[in-house]
Amino acid sequence: MPSNLEMGLYVFMLATFVGLEVIRRVSPLLHTPLMSLTNAISAISVVGAILIISNEEATNLSKVLGFVAITAATTNIVSGFLITDRMLKMFKRREEKK
Amino acid sequence: MGSLVNYIYILSGALFVLSLKWMNSPVTARRGVFAGEAGMLMAIAGTLIGHHANWEWILAALFIGTAVGVPIAYIMPMTAVPQRTAMSHACGALAAALVGTAEYYQRQPHADTELVGFTMVALVIETLLGFLTFTGSLMAMGKLQEILPSRPLVYKNQNAINFVLFAIAIGLGVRVILVPTDTWIFPIFAGLSLVFGVLLILPIGGADMPPVIALLNSYAGLSACAMGFALDNKLLVIAGALDGSSGLILLLFGAFGQIQTAKGKTEQRPYRSASAEEAASILEAASSVIIVPGYGLAVAQAQHKIRDLFDSLGKRGVDVKFAIHPVAGRMPGHMNVLLAEADIPYDRLIEMDDINGEFPQCDVALVIGANDVTNPAARTDKSSPIFGMPILDVDKAHTVMVIKRSMNPGFAGIDNDLYYMDKTLMLFGDAKAFVSEILKELPAAVRA
Repeated sequence: MPSNLEMGLYVFMLATFVGLEVIRRVSPLLHTPLMSLTNAISAISVVGAILIISNEEATNLSKVLGFVAITAATTNIVSGFLITDRMLKMFKRREEKK
Repeated sequence: MGSLVNYIYILSGALFVLSLKWMNSPVTARRGVFAGEAGMLMAIAGTLIGHHANWEWILAALFIGTAVGVPIAYIMPMTAVPQRTAMSHACGALAAALVGTAEYYQRQPHADTELVGFTMVALVIETLLGFLTFTGSLMAMGKLQEILPSRPLVYKNQNAINFVLFAIAIGLGVRVILVPTDTWIFPIFAGLSLVFGVLLILPIGGADMPPVIALLNSYAGLSACAMGFALDNKLLVIAGALDGSSGLILLLFGAFGQIQTAKGKTEQRPYRSASAEEAASILEAASSVIIVPGYGLAVAQAQHKIRDLFDSLGKRGVDVKFAIHPVAGRMPGHMNVLLAEADIPYDRLIEMDDINGEFPQCDVALVIGANDVTNPAARTDKSSPIFGMPILDVDKAHTVMVIKRSMNPGFAGIDNDLYYMDKTLMLFGDAKAFVSEILKELPAAVRA
């Protein structure tokens, strides 16, 4: 059985290759929305923050740091996804114009 | 229960991949955002299922974050998108850094069994990248918002000092990894990471922000990725790696980012200027016009006026296209978003490589608020600091018109030969005001 570390490295390698391939195909037209979308996804660290704070043995320090971390990450997630959608709504083709 | 959470994580990871995949075209892009949102909701919900302690803290934090995030997303004007993105990077990176810190102190009492080898390496990388991205992004935001001077701040031995500081930070990081029980080192290490983030952005000017934003984005992702290794959570590794690879678009910027502030040439050279009336009649007579937008357009908020000009010329049978340079503006793709906001159809926005071949056949190239990305010296003058940077071949158009406030050189401080060519007409004024004037002159030209 491979260790957790080895499994993690496999996942990392594959995800990086998939990421590079997928991002290479993103139209330059959409680079700004892409930045804010990937930015929202990077706030996945909220999962880590929840894991820290919900630990039964969480110290007060962990709770406070975790609390700030969840708040910051949630701000990032919510504003990131919403503004990306707001931007994308503006991209229209000519045919769709009145 | 544990395995259910893992299956939810797998689905969530797949949704993130799909989310990026659907960003490849404006037609499917909104579906991409939806997939991303669904993936994130599942990730959070899945994490909550498996854990039951301190709910009140978690819910309160989620609530506050949402309450802050929603207004930011809707109030922020489109011209401020680069600042918002930088601020958002700061938030995400701070979260990663704080989780790393909390994790370290929580596990530290059991250091002999829990903080050995790779876990500690991952924690150190996570905190280092998290803290330096946090302050770096705040600096970038300050420069973009012009709270901080957007000129590069350069001082003597800057590189040497940065390198030494970074080496000390790495040294302390290695020391924490080897001897995790020495808790006094950790705050110093974190502090140095914060300072290094500031120093990293100091020498970067406002015009070089697009690659910096992309780089900071990548760091935030890699930090989340390192967290995945520290917590042994594969979803964090996947999402972090996807975000980390978004730094790839950096490669598109080529030689950009190496620009040093050049000594401004003081010699006066002759140039021709024209009024709005003359500009209007030239545009009227043209059969094809390429508009080259730059950061000046964002500053002047001229996108809606340009849309009116686009419509007005379109009605007269003039073929109008927009030439988009990859680093025009303050973040990758900035111009596309501004022009899309003004309802300009995106099939009229043409990327550099595709439009460069069209300049020689184009009657008028109208440059609005762009400077260095049109400087022919990048192609011809080996001594120019921007030599080798890919540019828009505006100088090949039959007539060039440049809307500009004055003859002052741009951010890079380099004089632009384009302005002194015989076929170039300088139109002095604020981009928005000047385009309005051209618009006023256009109907008159029709009657004449």
